[in-house]
Amino acid sequence: MARKKLREYSTKYILRNNFPIYCNGDKLNLKMIQVSPTSPSLQDLAKVQDNQWLSTTKLVVKPDMLFGKRGKNGLVLLNASLEEADNFIKEKMNQPVEMGGKKGLVTHFIVEPFMPHDVEFYLSITAERDSNRIAFSNCGGIEIEENWDKVGTLDVPYGDSIDSINLHTLVDSSIPSREYVIDFIKNVYKLFSELSFHFVEMNPFTLTSQGKPYPLDARGEVDECASFKCASKWMVNGEDVEFPQPFGRGLYPEETYVNEIDEKTGASLKLTLLNPSGRIWAMVAGGGASVIYADTVADMGYGHELGNYGEYSGDPNEDDTYKYACTIISLATRNPDSRPRALLVGGGIANFTDVAVTFKGIIRAIKEYKDDIIKANISIFVRRGGPNYQSGLSSMRDIGHKLHIPIKVYGPDVNMTSIVAMAISHINGETPSTEQHSHSNTAHTNHSNGVHINGNGILNH
Amino acid sequence: MTGSIPSENKQQVDNSLKTSSNNKKMTLPARLFTKQSQALIYNYKEAAVQRMLDFDNVSQRDTPSVAGLIHPGSDGGFYKAFFGFKELVIPVYNTVSEACKQNPNADVFLNFASHRSAYQSSLAALKEPSIRTVVIIAEGVPENEARALLSMAKKNGKVIIGPATVGGIQAGCFKIGNTAGTIDNILACKLYRSGSVGFVSKSGGLSNEMYNVLSRCTDGIYEGIAIGGDSFPGSTLTDHVLRYEKLPEVKMIVVLGELGGWDEYGIVDALKRGEITKPICCWVSGTVAKIFPTEVQFGHAGAKSGGETESAEAKNGALKKAGAVVPTSFEDFANVIAETYAKLEASGLVKPIEEPTPPELPLDFKTAVKAGKVRKPTSIISTICDDRGDELTYNGVPISEVCKEEYVLGDVIGLLWFKRKLPSYASRFIEMCLKLVADHGPCVSGAHNTIVAARAGKDLVSSLVSGLLTIGPRFGGAIDDSARVFKDAIDRNLTPEQLVEGMKSKGKRIPGIGHLIKSADDIDKRVVILKQYAKTHFSSSKYLEYALEVEKYTLQKANNLILNVDGCIGVLFLDLLHSCDLFTKEEIKEIIDVGYLNGFFVVGRSIGLIGHALDQKRMRQPLYRHPYDDVLYASD
Repeated sequence: MARKKLREYSTKYILRNNFPIYCNGDKLNLKMIQVSPTSPSLQDLAKVQDNQWLSTTKLVVKPDMLFGKRGKNGLVLLNASLEEADNFIKEKMNQPVEMGGKKGLVTHFIVEPFMPHDVEFYLSITAERDSNRIAFSNCGGIEIEENWDKVGTLDVPYGDSIDSINLHTLVDSSIPSREYVIDFIKNVYKLFSELSFHFVEMNPFTLTSQGKPYPLDARGEVDECASFKCASKWMVNGEDVEFPQPFGRGLYPEETYVNEIDEKTGASLKLTLLNPSGRIWAMVAGGGASVIYADTVADMGYGHELGNYGEYSGDPNEDDTYKYACTIISLATRNPDSRPRALLVGGGIANFTDVAVTFKGIIRAIKEYKDDIIKANISIFVRRGGPNYQSGLSSMRDIGHKLHIPIKVYGPDVNMTSIVAMAISHINGETPSTEQHSHSNTAHTNHSNGVHINGNGILNH
Repeated sequence: MTGSIPSENKQQVDNSLKTSSNNKKMTLPARLFTKQSQALIYNYKEAAVQRMLDFDNVSQRDTPSVAGLIHPGSDGGFYKAFFGFKELVIPVYNTVSEACKQNPNADVFLNFASHRSAYQSSLAALKEPSIRTVVIIAEGVPENEARALLSMAKKNGKVIIGPATVGGIQAGCFKIGNTAGTIDNILACKLYRSGSVGFVSKSGGLSNEMYNVLSRCTDGIYEGIAIGGDSFPGSTLTDHVLRYEKLPEVKMIVVLGELGGWDEYGIVDALKRGEITKPICCWVSGTVAKIFPTEVQFGHAGAKSGGETESAEAKNGALKKAGAVVPTSFEDFANVIAETYAKLEASGLVKPIEEPTPPELPLDFKTAVKAGKVRKPTSIISTICDDRGDELTYNGVPISEVCKEEYVLGDVIGLLWFKRKLPSYASRFIEMCLKLVADHGPCVSGAHNTIVAARAGKDLVSSLVSGLLTIGPRFGGAIDDSARVFKDAIDRNLTPEQLVEGMKSKGKRIPGIGHLIKSADDIDKRVVILKQYAKTHFSSSKYLEYALEVEKYTLQKANNLILNVDGCIGVLFLDLLHSCDLFTKEEIKEIIDVGYLNGFFVVGRSIGLIGHALDQKRMRQPLYRHPYDDVLYASD
């Protein structure tokens, strides 16, 4: 996962901390404090030596939750005393708000000195494929959307030094403190490049009484893949920078667990829970194929029944696949209600992932959750190809037979997504039409006649 | 003051700017690979090399597609792989520049370096004049590094495929790494011969799926490229579509896109400008994103649900409007491809292919074993341990058990030498023997040799071995022999006198009797300790008592003909083996005949010898030279 959004506090902290290092010793005099459920209260923080400004200046308080339009929604406290700010935070902390249709609790606040100002500039830098795009306007602030046509942009070819770029057309002569502003943009650009930012926005930044640029708001996204080079530069208050989830998207413990496995392996394991009471669950191999399976479920009108999005790829070992499968099966089997459910063990034709090995992990999980699977009335639909797929599919078939769990198994000779229609028929309690001519071997048919029929002949190759 | 632009608006602006800048874009050369193309592989993966060579074979290439391997830090040399039935030696190089210098015809650089080091090695390859195409497999290469490589490639007129890709394939000509998986799949999808479809997608896994689909509903691919799932791929969907437009063998183009990014709009623009004249079928996956409650990062880094223009619907709509053939769903994709191909066939633009018969590929031994098709006698038998399972075992005992506190080193020797768990008193006896023989000062011959070797600048192992090699009948190596002699004497009911005189008459010394320094007056403390332990813990000390009788007799001859430490260990082992009820008579005979017991001295004394070697090295002692005055030059 490449791009990670930072809190305003983290963005400002990282910029301030690295400013003297990359900007010819210049300083960015930002003061800010973060208040979170685990931090001391603002009143207590004000007692710390370095934070005395909290008691001596008027303050601004904003929720710091990766959402915008805070001012428009009355979530910003301006020109407040320490006590007012503290009360404001206590009142709003852990309270639900709704922003852009997404509900969530407000947990983080940023507190800064109140800065009366006249001008509001807009600045953003975005990484493009061949260049970094600088966008600048003297009409920054909450009306920026309405003024978007007044934003000028300049593409700086990737690899060119910003010092060799003329910013005088972007920042024209009408701009007060023009040279300071140009220097500031160049400095932010240098930080952007050196710190592997993907996106930085200051809307707005203003000028101090000395005419020096001063960001009032900031947001940033960094390229997490660069963390092996930049993690120490991204430190915030002596700790690794936090990558919070999008607002309204609290992580389920299962998602956190899969994230943790993912981080420890060279392979890829992803899980997003969509609908805990969904009746179609997906355990699909491949970043590309997993999207197509989800698409197909939605296309057929059953998106609301989709329990999760997820994928495993990059040849995960048996153990990681087992843990991943356990997580999904445990979610899929919760609160059985006797109505049928389906688990899609799908995937394209792997290039190098060993299907037999990954399936071993999945089979271990199926064995472990055998009773839950039966209780939750789950049918499992398998479709997969790739290295050692024959032995993987045949073990999958055997385990269904042995445990009396309905598992239908298909190889590369049927369409990748054909099992989606079967799964939908199953949750609707229908007998899928394909079953009549595909010699489907559910556990029941196998068990009753004792004959092992190959679903479509593929295992005889 | 806290507003920020909703991503949608901004992206629309970005998009309009973006597409206009496409005009300036440098186009890639149409033909990347031929049937003669060769690759240099960095940080090679064995399976990938073999799969490339197997593909070469079924495609009836004359030359292998792997020219050389680069293994940083290696000393060069050769790597063996199969090219059909024959074995091929592929040169291994230490550096990119050396590999390129030696293989000026290899123009593909296939990079398996990790995401941390892919940048440096790819950069080195982009600087080489002979390299035209660089393929980066690693997932998670930082965006800035990917962009730096891209800008370098543009300056030097090179093509990058990846990062985060499996690569690509030109059917019947050249296959990158693991693309298209196993040979079964290559045969099933007829990738050993050219078809008429140019295919490009982000996903490597789906590419392979699509080769399968295309083999069923068209005459197969001419070429397929997976550009990789990252946000800033080295070459784009659009780049490859425009290449396919120029390749005369490609009659139709198939594109599988994905939500996120603007790449597909490059195809839209090219269609609008009339730059694509061949039939083109496109599908952008990710239509599901609209039902997700919040932003979701899909499996590919570049696939993020978010802005409207980056959505699958918007892209599918734009492609359709611009003239591409767009299905209603992925399930429908195969149908529209088949229809499009049928039209080409009807118009005579594609001719039926005369199917070649690919040569049979010999079954790999490993595969055949897995499939139960062959058997082979083993060359080596081992009975003492097993390292194949989850946990290493010593004679069946898992290492986690062996590492528990109650296990002493003597128990490990019990498992690995005697193949059984010895009773605690026996294990402790072994350990005591090891302690007793661990060292005997710097003057004994073994330690002296080790010291001389260490001072000659030899490494630890050489110094140790130099000392160990002195172990023999006169130094430390008499345990087995003394056990043999005393066992034989008791087996034959010889009195001490008969034994001693018998040996004397044959002109032989009794092993285990006699010491250079120690004597009846200057008793060897080590022997005292051993005797004491045996008397306390062993249920029988018959052999020791016999040996002591022998000692009594020999002491009458000379004061230093004592039972020495070798001899004492030897007879006490006879007592231990006979009295612990774990060994049959035959097993004891075998132990003595094979010669287990000198092993105790070898293991124990190694500790001391290593100590001496380290001691000399620590003190930086110079080369030892024996003094002239200590040698009698008696030649005349």
